[in-house]
Amino acid sequence: MDIENILKRGREATENAADLRALDDVRVAYLGKKGELTSLLKSLGQVDAGERPKVGAKINEAKVALQEDLAARKDTLEQAALSTSLLAEKVDVSLPGRRPATGGLHPVTQAMYRIEEIFTGAGYEVVSGPEVENDYYNFEALNIPSHHPARAMHDTFYFGDGTLLRTHTSPSQVHTMEKQDPPIRVICPGRVYRRDSDLTHSPMFHQVEGLVVDEGISFADLKGTVIDFLQRFFEKELEVRFRPSYFPFTEPSAEVDVQCVHCLGKGCRVCSNTGWLEVMGCGMVHPNVLNMANIDTEVYSAFAFGFGGDRLAMLLYEVDDLRLFFENDLRFLRQFN
Amino acid sequence: MKFSEAWLRQWVNPSLDSAELLHQMTMAGLEVDGTEPAAKVFSGVVVAQIQSAEQHPDADKLRVCQVSDGSDVFQVVCGAPNARAGLITAFAKVGAVLPDNFKIKKAKLRGVESFGMLCSAEEIGLGEENDGIIELPDHSEIGADLASIAGADLPLDDLTVDVDLTPNRGDCLSLKGLAREVGVLNNLEVTYPQIPAVAPQIDSTFPVEVVASEQCPRYLGRVIEGVDLSQPSPQWLTERLRRCGLRSIDPVVDVTNYVLIEQGQPMHAFDLSRLQGGITVRMAQPDDKLTLLSGQEVELDAKTLVIADGSGPVAMAGVMGGEHSGVNTDSKDIFFECAFFSPLAIAGTARRYGLHTDASHRYERGVDSQLQHQALERATQILIDITGGRPGPITEALSAQHLPNIAPITLREGKINSLLGIDIDPTQVDEALARLDFTVHSREPVDSGLAWQVTPPSHRFDIALEADLIEEICRIYGYNNIPSSQPVIRLPLATVPLQTHSEPQLKRQLAGLGFQEVVTYSFIDPAMQKLFDPEIEPLMLVNPMSSELSVMRTTLLTGLVDAAKKNISRQQTSGQLFEVGLVFDTGSMASQNKELVQKVKVGGLLWGRREDENWCETADKVDFFDVKGNVEALCSWAGITVEAATINDVALHPGQSAQLTLAGEVVGRIGRLHPSLEKKLGLPEVFVFELDGQAMMSRPSRRHQGVSKFPSVRRDLAIVVERSVTASEVVATVSNVLNENCVDIMLFDVYQGEGIDSTEKSLGLGLTLQSQTTTLTEEQINALAERAINALAEKHQARLR
Repeated sequence: MDIENILKRGREATENAADLRALDDVRVAYLGKKGELTSLLKSLGQVDAGERPKVGAKINEAKVALQEDLAARKDTLEQAALSTSLLAEKVDVSLPGRRPATGGLHPVTQAMYRIEEIFTGAGYEVVSGPEVENDYYNFEALNIPSHHPARAMHDTFYFGDGTLLRTHTSPSQVHTMEKQDPPIRVICPGRVYRRDSDLTHSPMFHQVEGLVVDEGISFADLKGTVIDFLQRFFEKELEVRFRPSYFPFTEPSAEVDVQCVHCLGKGCRVCSNTGWLEVMGCGMVHPNVLNMANIDTEVYSAFAFGFGGDRLAMLLYEVDDLRLFFENDLRFLRQFN
Repeated sequence: MKFSEAWLRQWVNPSLDSAELLHQMTMAGLEVDGTEPAAKVFSGVVVAQIQSAEQHPDADKLRVCQVSDGSDVFQVVCGAPNARAGLITAFAKVGAVLPDNFKIKKAKLRGVESFGMLCSAEEIGLGEENDGIIELPDHSEIGADLASIAGADLPLDDLTVDVDLTPNRGDCLSLKGLAREVGVLNNLEVTYPQIPAVAPQIDSTFPVEVVASEQCPRYLGRVIEGVDLSQPSPQWLTERLRRCGLRSIDPVVDVTNYVLIEQGQPMHAFDLSRLQGGITVRMAQPDDKLTLLSGQEVELDAKTLVIADGSGPVAMAGVMGGEHSGVNTDSKDIFFECAFFSPLAIAGTARRYGLHTDASHRYERGVDSQLQHQALERATQILIDITGGRPGPITEALSAQHLPNIAPITLREGKINSLLGIDIDPTQVDEALARLDFTVHSREPVDSGLAWQVTPPSHRFDIALEADLIEEICRIYGYNNIPSSQPVIRLPLATVPLQTHSEPQLKRQLAGLGFQEVVTYSFIDPAMQKLFDPEIEPLMLVNPMSSELSVMRTTLLTGLVDAAKKNISRQQTSGQLFEVGLVFDTGSMASQNKELVQKVKVGGLLWGRREDENWCETADKVDFFDVKGNVEALCSWAGITVEAATINDVALHPGQSAQLTLAGEVVGRIGRLHPSLEKKLGLPEVFVFELDGQAMMSRPSRRHQGVSKFPSVRRDLAIVVERSVTASEVVATVSNVLNENCVDIMLFDVYQGEGIDSTEKSLGLGLTLQSQTTTLTEEQINALAERAINALAEKHQARLR
């Protein structure tokens, strides 16, 4: 009987198969339809009936043994092939990746959105309004009649028909008070315009004004809100001080100084060695303004505040020249993405 | 205004050092803008006369002077161009100590010995540098100690303080007002100068008629005869003015300026010999003209209050006097004017004529209506002390009914507490009112605690309402002593609109698409505006910063192009910019009814490489389909489907531009900038889009459409059509004839060139066919494809390739 012999040759061939294809050839040669072991099984009929079970079992044993060898060899060859291809597929991981184009928001926009988020989180609504305004909304309704000396502080841009570019976003507050009954909690961000241009002034800049009208609103509430805002905007426990000031539309009015965000009050270039930065104006809304908007000053009181979005962005990002914001130099803008 | 700290301290002197005092003022709302030394301490400097000045043998610019201090003569080498024989000047002897501890020693300059130094005003802290050594008046006493002269009246160690007063604090525009305020802050008595009435020595008066009595409720006049204005003002007077930032002009002007600074009362002096008839205070009449002291000739408008004599206007009331009637050094007899003009009458006048004077600054903020007598007596006394002269009696034209009438104001304890958020002790209110010189008529309990009936003093013309009083109480109480709290509010929830995106969402989407936001000016160059939107007449500023910033933009493209241009000049080889902002549309020039529409637009611009330079990408440049693809991506985010059709837009390339419509409404334009525009602006190929902001922020609600469980099949058709047939027409034809089983039509190939007739092009269409309810059979699929092919053949003479 050459079962042993066939198995031995089959096993050698399996061992010698160099790759998966050669291995498959071995399988076909021994276990395929016309394979040697398959042929032996087919010729079992010619064996003595008495011998047949014994011989059949032997052939099957040989078949199983060869199958096991083939499987083991296949596994080995597959592992080897994988290792080879892994090696071939190696890349230089230090090469830069394929990047989709990246854009970004202007730093002033980012600062403005940060401000909006701080206030909307507390239930304020964001309102916007027209930039070309009429005299009533920009001045009259804010207790600034035409002869008022405060008009000189505004350096207004005018159009021939008497309309003007808003000098602050306060007109949005007036529009809101006309449209909505108290309680009112809004902030009005937007572009404003004044005829002025130097290191810290641009003829166009951004302002955020806030207005809260409700029963029992006090100057203490205003102080708390302003301090809270400044500390949250800069994420620092900064000291804040209030100085009496004057705005026609608020009374009492205050100018707000915050401890220098750069040196924390020690004195530096940013704060001109004073340790303080003048950042906003605020006050209790003047009764004349509330009356003009038909709000009963015996029932309601209101506070308002306003500041420059560009100014806060300058402090947040340590930008020392306001004009950089409007030059739109990509090398500058991309630093904030 | 500028004032001398030492002068202030002569009136009220709190035990605070300079820094503390100025901080206190700033914190009280009188913001100190800056300080500079008014004078500095020095010693050993005497008044001396140069006897001779010879050229230095070895130095062109130096002179060797012999200087006499009255008893000895010293040799001094001096480089000042005005060092000349006869000049009386400041001589720092050897051993003198100049400001900042600069000691004068014997020295040799280019081999010539020098015993001391001749000083400029700046070197001894008495003025600013002005090319040379100080020139003292001829009558100065030779040998006198200069420090004791300069410091005789006010100490040398002094600051000039610049205080930036808010428009409501006109009452502080004087030494008197500032001292009063410092007194209030420190609870100190103020020592005001005694101002006795000056007894008239003559009977002369000059007639005054006030026609505009509402505008001029009080007009005081006084004639002073026989003044001698040939000599300059005395040192104490010029020094006080200098330390408050004012130059000495002549004794009369100096005296009126002195009263202005000290009392806060603007005055004017006329040369009596140049006045005709009498004074009339009236509104300007047609054809009234006046040549101002400044030499400027103005035509006076009807809103201008004027001081006129028989010949016409001689002064613009409260603003500036006229040249002809002004006082000069030859004047002998003068007429002093000291008036109370109503703030409303003066407000805006100066600005209308482009003027701004110390007088107009005070009158438009308000001058104490009770101050005029005192001020005129003060001026008279000082003037006759200096120049001699015989004063006449004061004449007064008064319209008492037009003087400010300050009605009592009610101040309620409850209102103070609720508005400020404090619980004030009523005695603090009493004290504050007393310190501020407010008259309290009554103090009685009402519903909400006590109520005070209060009248403010005449200098506090800014106080008219309860809120004004509360502000004063708050100031005295101390802003920083008020607690801080958080408002207690009702808590309604936020509305989050389903059908709109917010502007922040839109901007973040654009940034996500790779665009960098820019912020450009809303006012632009009219020439640029015309290049981009010639049909629209833009809104024009009357007073622009410059002509390049004089019209309101009607498109965002001008700003974007400008930003791109600047970046290209800074070697940026590619970029993608966007801006979201208002444009100001006045409608087309042809339209009759021009109404300004301010609407949000979304603009974008691309240039240069599609990808940043990289090891793995191509160096292709952006083209029309980049700008279109980005806009499509944005529209898909917004949830809207826009149609693109070619347009004729002067700013855009005629073959690479499109108008976008949404349900028939124009919502934007995209394309390459017109090559001639690119050339004119010095730009490379630039692609732009401009979209309607409202459309981009609309957000049609989405509804679930169902997802088919059955397999989809793809059939590709390659067809040949005329080149003029557009892709969207082909797609529309197919989509029209196929039913809902055609779920997608994809254009996967466009080819023109070899193998295709030059008038034709080949399009590859991929149809994705799928049913919601069944697996499509081969017959059904073939039928659909057949239907598409037939329709294409019929409509576009398409044939299969």
